[in-house]
Amino acid sequence: MAKVLMKGNEAIGEAAIRAGCLNYFAYPITPQSEVAEYLSRRMPEVGGVFLQGESEVAVSYMIFGAAACGARVFTTSSSPGISLMSEAISYIAAAQCPAVFVNIMRGGPGLGGILPSQADYFQSVKGGGHGDYRLLVMAPASVQEAVEMVMQAFPLSEKYRNPVMILGDGLIGQMMEPVEFPDHLRTEPTNKDDWATNGMAFRKSDKRNLVKSLFLDPDQLNSNNLTLKAKYEQMKQEEIRFETYNTDSDYRVLLVSYGTMSRVCRTAIDQLKEEGVEVGMVRPQTLFPFPEEAVRTAAGKAGCRAVASIEMSMGQMVEDVERSVRGSLPVHWYGKCGGDVPTPEEIIDFTRSLL
Amino acid sequence: MAKGKTFAKPEALSDAVTHYCPGCTHGVIHRLIAEVIDELGIRGKTVGIAPVGCAVLAYNYFTFDFQEAAHGRAPAMATGIKRVRPDLVVFTYQGDGDLASIGMGEIIHAANRGEKFTTIFVNNAVYGMTGGQMAPTTMPNQRTTTSPFGRDVNDVGMPIRMAELLSSLATPAYVTRQTVLKPKTINKAKKAIKRAFEYQLAGRCFSFVEVVSTCPTNWGMTPVEAIQWAEQTMLPYYPLGDFKTPEADGQAAKDSV
Repeated sequence: MAKVLMKGNEAIGEAAIRAGCLNYFAYPITPQSEVAEYLSRRMPEVGGVFLQGESEVAVSYMIFGAAACGARVFTTSSSPGISLMSEAISYIAAAQCPAVFVNIMRGGPGLGGILPSQADYFQSVKGGGHGDYRLLVMAPASVQEAVEMVMQAFPLSEKYRNPVMILGDGLIGQMMEPVEFPDHLRTEPTNKDDWATNGMAFRKSDKRNLVKSLFLDPDQLNSNNLTLKAKYEQMKQEEIRFETYNTDSDYRVLLVSYGTMSRVCRTAIDQLKEEGVEVGMVRPQTLFPFPEEAVRTAAGKAGCRAVASIEMSMGQMVEDVERSVRGSLPVHWYGKCGGDVPTPEEIIDFTRSLL
Repeated sequence: MAKGKTFAKPEALSDAVTHYCPGCTHGVIHRLIAEVIDELGIRGKTVGIAPVGCAVLAYNYFTFDFQEAAHGRAPAMATGIKRVRPDLVVFTYQGDGDLASIGMGEIIHAANRGEKFTTIFVNNAVYGMTGGQMAPTTMPNQRTTTSPFGRDVNDVGMPIRMAELLSSLATPAYVTRQTVLKPKTINKAKKAIKRAFEYQLAGRCFSFVEVVSTCPTNWGMTPVEAIQWAEQTMLPYYPLGDFKTPEADGQAAKDSV
């Protein structure tokens, strides 16, 4: 298929349809309302479901209900909206249902702002809702990558029967870039007869299915949590994704950055290279599971003197970078979180200060 | 065995012994739902949604697919199911704390969109599972664990009448209030529940059956006293009857039949 020029939010909506997800529930919030606007037109064209709910709280439970009866379903929102959905996300993870949530982040805390941000790293990666659960979190750095991650998110959420979060900063939703929708990423929903409440008569079974998250017996609750933990450990084995940049060089500083911020870092790294300063980068594509070993290995390369986490937040991913480096090198942070994206010049100045 | 002549357990009810207190009316209402599901032959395509409250474990007592909601969110989950699987029969089973307090937003909007599911609303004027706290439906001067001197309506307002409130919306098709305090009213309640499911099966929109019920434990009464109190105190404020029917409305706004 030829490339088309699309706004990130619209491309995300189209990607879900191309992935075989025809069910979308949402509530408007800047900077991602274009997904709902786009799908309100597109879903009827493809015979899909579009519904604007009365709140993010309600929407997240529409997702739960639909996911629990075996449908492929997703929603999109932005930071404060994801806070409201976090209750349901905890329930969905506990009840082991697949669903896809897209967070096009804006600045916070509180009402914050509507400009790009990466301040929901903790919320997504460490668990915005209550209890021992994890999300598989994927962070695109371009509209094309957002499309591919959305398409991959559905089979992944079904493989693990766990919610998958696509974590994009506001730029990913708002900018236009050429995209193509890879046919090979289209997948059919898996058979969910073993657990989904899709009607005994429809799955030709005498056994009823129950989707729940209440385990009053302590052994049963512990057992369910161990089941969840085993899935998260499996994700760490099988789903870690990352990209490296200029790590073949004899870099003196290693940057760790994701999303749009990593593209600014690449520009800074290119300019520094012209000035004779080698800097490497690891770009996590999955934030959970985090590419710990990749960061540790890259930080351990001879000649590397410092590591820095560059984020559009007040320093969140830096804690996972520190954890990965395990104290072998100093770990620094640079970032902004008001809506302005740090410029290449700022990154260059900061990186030079570490030399 | 000739059907209709033997008193047997409905197929839609499980063999589990319920956790409900003596004199609680949940068991009666569960049975009515199960009888209706049997009579309509819809067990294989029904999905129930349990609330948070005393009926959170309702799924243990039925023999068809069930989901367990978060507090108040059952109507949103039912919306999700019905939108993606209109061929399933879906009902929510909710208490008054769940539906009329924390879940007020979800029930109003599901009703107003005319979502094609059925809600069974059990109103016993108190939070049961958490230990008898005041609910939006608690009667004036009724003592609860969080209104130890009785509900002061000057402080927290009058009880909410859900059937009346929902029937003020133009969209919902069937809104009724019933009770299970006497055999005669139990039979009427069953007819209403059956009617609600029949409207859903016919593709008509949202149907709502409020059931005035008792909670002897949290009211601090014997089961008999509880029935008398409900009759004398609740029924005058929560009058029984149909508040809205598709027939009376002529063509309901979202009637797709």
